[in-house]
Parts: sequence; C-alpha cells; structure tokens
Amino acid sequence: MSAEANIRTLTIDEVDVSARADQTILEAAREHNIEIPTLCHLEGLSEVGACRLCLVQVKGARRLLPACVTRVEEGMEVTTHSPRIDRYRTMVLELFFAERNHVCSVCVANGNCELQTLALRLGMTHVEMPYQYPQLPVDASHPRFTVDHNRCVLCTRCVRVCGEIEGANTWGVMGRGAQSLVITDLKEPWGESETCTSCGKCVQVCPTGALFEKSRAGMRAQKHPEFLPYLRIMREGEQQ
Amino acid sequence: MSETKTLATVWLDGCSGCHMSLLDMDERLIELSSQFSLVYSPLVDQKIFPDHVDVTLVEGAVASDDDLRKIRKIREHTRVLVSLGDCALTGNVSAMRNQCGPGPVLLRVYSDGQKAPSMGVPALLDRVQPVHEVVPVDVFVPGCPPSADTIYRVLAELLAGRVPTLEGVAHFG
Repeated sequence: MSAEANIRTLTIDEVDVSARADQTILEAAREHNIEIPTLCHLEGLSEVGACRLCLVQVKGARRLLPACVTRVEEGMEVTTHSPRIDRYRTMVLELFFAERNHVCSVCVANGNCELQTLALRLGMTHVEMPYQYPQLPVDASHPRFTVDHNRCVLCTRCVRVCGEIEGANTWGVMGRGAQSLVITDLKEPWGESETCTSCGKCVQVCPTGALFEKSRAGMRAQKHPEFLPYLRIMREGEQQ
Repeated sequence: MSETKTLATVWLDGCSGCHMSLLDMDERLIELSSQFSLVYSPLVDQKIFPDHVDVTLVEGAVASDDDLRKIRKIREHTRVLVSLGDCALTGNVSAMRNQCGPGPVLLRVYSDGQKAPSMGVPALLDRVQPVHEVVPVDVFVPGCPPSADTIYRVLAELLAGRVPTLEGVAHFG
C-alpha cells in the first residue's frame, strides 16, 4: 500500500486534519494541539480505554467514543468539547472521587496529582454522587515504596509499565468493578514480591498518590513519567 | 455607593483554617467592611443567627447534631450560601472517620479508661457529610484552605451581583 493510501483526512472540532490510518483520534488531536483530557493514557504505554475521560462525539455514532482507542477514519467528524461531553467528563471525575478516599489536603501527591489537576481544569468543584468511604488497605512492606489503595483510580499504568517496559509483570489486577485492586504477584505483600526489581517505574507513572516513594512522604512528591517515550525509543534503536 | 450587604461566616467541623485565610485578606478586609456588614461569625460577638443574611460563608463539614441544626437554620435565613473550603465541599479530613464511624474515633481519643462525654456536647453523627448533601449550596469554593485571593474574588463577585466562577482558579487540597 502506498504511503498516500495510509493517510486519512478528518475534522476535529471543525479543523481539517490528516493522520496515519493506524493513529487514534487522541494522537491526531494532540498532533494538532487540540486538547482532550486523559488519565489512564500515558505516552509510551499501550492503551486500555479505562478512564473514559477522553470521550468524544463522532458524527453518526450514537454513543460517545474513547479517543485513545478509536482509530481515525476517512471523513470522520469529531467533536471534542460540547455541553454533553463536558457533563460526561465531570461525571466520570466525580465517580473517581466518590469511589475511594481521595483527601487531597493530606495526600503526598497534593499539587502534583493528575486527578486533582483534572478536577481543576474541568471545573469540578464538588461531587454530587454519595461518597463510598470504602475501607482499603495500605501496603508499606516494600523498603522504598508504598501503595495506598485509597488513592488508586485503577488506571493500570503501573500494571502496564511493569509488564511492557520493565518486563517484570509484578503488578496485576484482582477483583471486579469498584472492588478491583492492583496487586503485586499473587497478592503477596509488595516487600515480599519475588518478581519486583524495585525499579520504581510504577511509582513514576502513577497519576495520583496511590504509589509513592517513602522518602517523599510528607513532601510534595513530583513524578516523572516523561522518561517513558525516551526509554522506548532507545530500546527500539538497540533492536535494529 | 451601593447598599451595604450582610455577611455571616460559620464554623462547623473544620480546623478554622478557612477563617484564618479569610483574615489573611489583610487590608482588603477594610475595603470589604465598607460594603459588607459582618452580622454573625466566630469573629464577632453575636449568638443568634439573624433572620435575613445576604451571604453566608460556611467552613467545615456537617459532623454533629448541632452542625445539622445550625446549617438548616442558616440555609433558611440566607440568600447566597457559600461552601468555603474542602471540609464543607467534600468532607475532607473531617469525613475520614466515615471509614470506621464515630465509635472507634472516640475510643481512640478516650483510651485511658475515661468515658467520652455525653452531656453538654453535641452528639456526633454516624456519617460526616459535605454541606451540599444536607442543604442546597449556591457557590462552591475549593481549597484547604482556599487562598485569601480566592475568597476576595468570591466576595467581590457576589458584591457585584455576579455568581463567582472558579474554574481553573481554585483546586482541592
């Protein structure tokens, strides 16, 4: 197939854009500086479409589609912002806040949290849903890191970075729905995990204060997920 | 010169940090005092909530039967009710006991054989609630505490007869 046949033209927010056929709406939008909010997406990792914050309207589709896992198509007409989309996104955020115990004021990630920043950006000032206040464990058995399930949004970035980049596959998900938990090995305490290499990538990609470095407790823990694309490029270079 | 509006501030289950932030407006308090008359507040000696208040700022979550009585009365007599700060908005630290209920909290505090007082103190509710779960709220101001600039912005907007919007301005925590 010629390179030309691989190009799709579409409109995003009434702007004409072109993208490769294997690109997603999210990739095409970001290449053209059209902002779509995301939480589970992270450049350098596979997509799971878990958080639903990137929902967009595609003309002809009855339901809203997640931009991160929807491929571009010829002639597609995409809308990234409308009262309906904004309402859905705020509702998704509210569900995240209501589902677990997110107390920004006492969180190690306060000021560096993607969930907190999204609430600010999308104008979510309060939660209409009733808070669930689940009783969730904190595992501080690892010498360097802690997992606090109260702050986890189940984005599975830790699971993906551990499998796809580090290759250790320590992290996994158990349970279903709101009862799901990210676990190390077969729900062994993190400190007793035989597969964990203590590389800390999971901590760096975690969007909230669910995973944090112990030495940073009480400090405003800044995370650095931007290393991922570079790491990927370097490794792909080595393989060629 | 517009008519002076009446302002009340209330302290429910919070740490008083929002009121500290209010005082942190410094000289802007003088400017506001010519336009607002502070009719009820922990900062003034007024025991009974007035019948008609234009704007009431509420700090703190609803955590006791006294809070519950107060907030219902305040809502009834207030035109614009403002939830001020994370405790009022989300329950925040006050609501962290909702994971276990008030019993274990009292046991922990009165652990040396003393009995938790039951006379002359308000009874704790089983569940701490943000203000809007109990009564309708008109304006939401996030922050722990909201900054003095944010509070000033809210009051100035309300004085001008507008509903303040805080999108992209004030965040939780």
